Amino acid sequence: MKKTFKIKGLDCANCALELERAIKKIKGINDVTISFMAEKLVINCDENGADEIIKNVKKVIKKEEPDVEIKEI
Amino acid sequence: MKKRTIKIIIAFILFLVSLVISFENVWINSILYIISYLIVGLDIVIKAVRNIFRGKIFDENFLMTIATIGAFAIGEFPEAVAVMLFYQVGELFQSYAVDKSRKSIASLMDIRPDFANLKKDGKIEKCDPEEINIEDIIIIKPGEKVPLDGTVIDGNSMLDTSALTGESIPREVTVGDDILSGCINQTGLLEVKVTKKFGESTVSKILDLVENASSKKSKSENFISKFAKYYTPIVVVIAILLAIIPPIIFKETEFTEWLYRALTFLVVSCPCALVISIPLGFFGGIGGASKLGILVKGSNYLEALSNTEIVVFDKTGTLTEGVFEVQKINPVDISKEDLIKYAAYAESFSNHPIAISLIKAYGKSIDSKIISETSELSGLGVNAIVDGKNILVGNEKLMKEKNITYEKCNEIGTILYVAIDNKFVGTITISDKIKVDAKDSIERLKRNNVKKTIMLTGDKIKVAENVASKLNIDEVYAELLPSDKVEKVEELIKMKSDNGKLAFVGDGINDAPVLAISDIGIAMGGLGSDAAIEAADVVLMTDEPSKVVDAIKISRKTMRIVKQNIIFAISIKILVLILSAFGLSNMWEAVFADVGVSVLAILNSLRVLRVKKSKK
Repeated sequence: MKKTFKIKGLDCANCALELERAIKKIKGINDVTISFMAEKLVINCDENGADEIIKNVKKVIKKEEPDVEIKEI
Repeated sequence: MKKRTIKIIIAFILFLVSLVISFENVWINSILYIISYLIVGLDIVIKAVRNIFRGKIFDENFLMTIATIGAFAIGEFPEAVAVMLFYQVGELFQSYAVDKSRKSIASLMDIRPDFANLKKDGKIEKCDPEEINIEDIIIIKPGEKVPLDGTVIDGNSMLDTSALTGESIPREVTVGDDILSGCINQTGLLEVKVTKKFGESTVSKILDLVENASSKKSKSENFISKFAKYYTPIVVVIAILLAIIPPIIFKETEFTEWLYRALTFLVVSCPCALVISIPLGFFGGIGGASKLGILVKGSNYLEALSNTEIVVFDKTGTLTEGVFEVQKINPVDISKEDLIKYAAYAESFSNHPIAISLIKAYGKSIDSKIISETSELSGLGVNAIVDGKNILVGNEKLMKEKNITYEKCNEIGTILYVAIDNKFVGTITISDKIKVDAKDSIERLKRNNVKKTIMLTGDKIKVAENVASKLNIDEVYAELLPSDKVEKVEELIKMKSDNGKLAFVGDGINDAPVLAISDIGIAMGGLGSDAAIEAADVVLMTDEPSKVVDAIKISRKTMRIVKQNIIFAISIKILVLILSAFGLSNMWEAVFADVGVSVLAILNSLRVLRVKKSKK
């Protein structure tokens, strides 16, 4: 299942890469890309327990980059 | 951003005062430096502390904090402040540049309509384009964007299509014309019957495509993210070793000197310059291309385009206009009118250019009630029951396939053989025109180091060779069924070199499978077929073959800039690392290697956005 989020407030491109790596480690995530330029987060995750997975993604973002806001589009 | 600028200016003044005036009491100087530092760098220090608790030690805030506090500790006050100042100036500049390029790309893609004027029961109501249904009537006033795809039922006007196609000449539309969402109505009031819902209309499709482009990363981007992953930890480890080991070995040297060198290392260890400039380059390249009406679906495709070695063109609709005209009607035992009538009726359900030309030549309206059991015979023609008669319209192969005796027609062009109830009744000659910019495009492709140009067509060899020789195309494969085209392209893919790429250019009619298997599938006149947009990697909004050359040129320029940035950033960093290890470079130069390089790389990336339209 593919989900796209607008991701705002990332400081630098490297932070985007690190965040990407952190999200990739979440269970149930098959693929994730963060485009620093387009301010977009695209995740591809399992259909099963998608809500739980997305909650975890948000938790990781909160932990890694507290200033970042995300919104599903 | 304004607040940051003011902070930097105040801190800079304090710093200058302290640097120029030597107060009698040295403490005043030191205090001025510290105040200046706090003004400009406090938020960085706070972020750094916060990050330590989250276990992020290779974060750039942390590195800058350690480096500058270390500088304070060894008494290099001016240096500490200057490094922080310079760093903040660089960051400011960087976010300005990123912001600016985001905006300029967003404005390129500013085609999303905000509202539609729905006409209902004689009243006009402003509403969300998403609420409009097919068959609804909408009004478009001059200056407004066309919100949904539709057909003009009243009024005439000039449409500015430049946001979609990059074409600056306005298009005239009148009753009966189809118009695409995303264009701007310039002069007259139009009444339009909606033919597609917002989600399926052109504007939604384009926005979808461009917005998702950034999620497909190129090899260069993946290389950089791997590089960044290892670079920072390695440099930090070396810095620590540099601070500890030499003072133990060379007992006579000062510990602070080595510490200073180690701190310089930390300043250079941030990979941001690299990490930002690469995606920015691709982002710019994709943006610049869309300005010309070339939609690239991902950085990876832009990268692949730059290695294009073979360009395979479909003939009809790609190199030729695809606007066929009936040239000659040769009836056998039947009147001319009847021959064209039955052919037009049989083809009337198809949207193939040939069908359209037949209907045009027939010139009367088609009564669809008398047509039944229509079927398309892939690569052969069509079959339909019209007025109770079994009509076959197709190529010579169709006649052979159905065992119908026919007279061969030797004219150049597409020959349609028509049979009624399995009896041959004549031929219709249809021919096509080569596009104006086709010849020039082939020549420019060759000038731009494309090794081979190839044309594939389902058309007859005689017609194909005629077109190919006029255009100077290297190889021609004719009389191919759609499945043959797939096989041929697979064969050609095997022939190219390891790094070379094969691009297939088609108009999307019947060639979605070929678009999908090619390294780069380019769909032309992209709004024609949904399957083509889906399968293609690059969508050209207009149907000019010259856009293929433009796309390749933009990709080459993007890759050149990306490579320049990679080489420039890495080599400056390594140079400064080496110099500072030997004590030949100071912290100022290290900051340059960090932020200065990123700013230069960003400026270099922004060059991609400046694309020129190719001369016609």
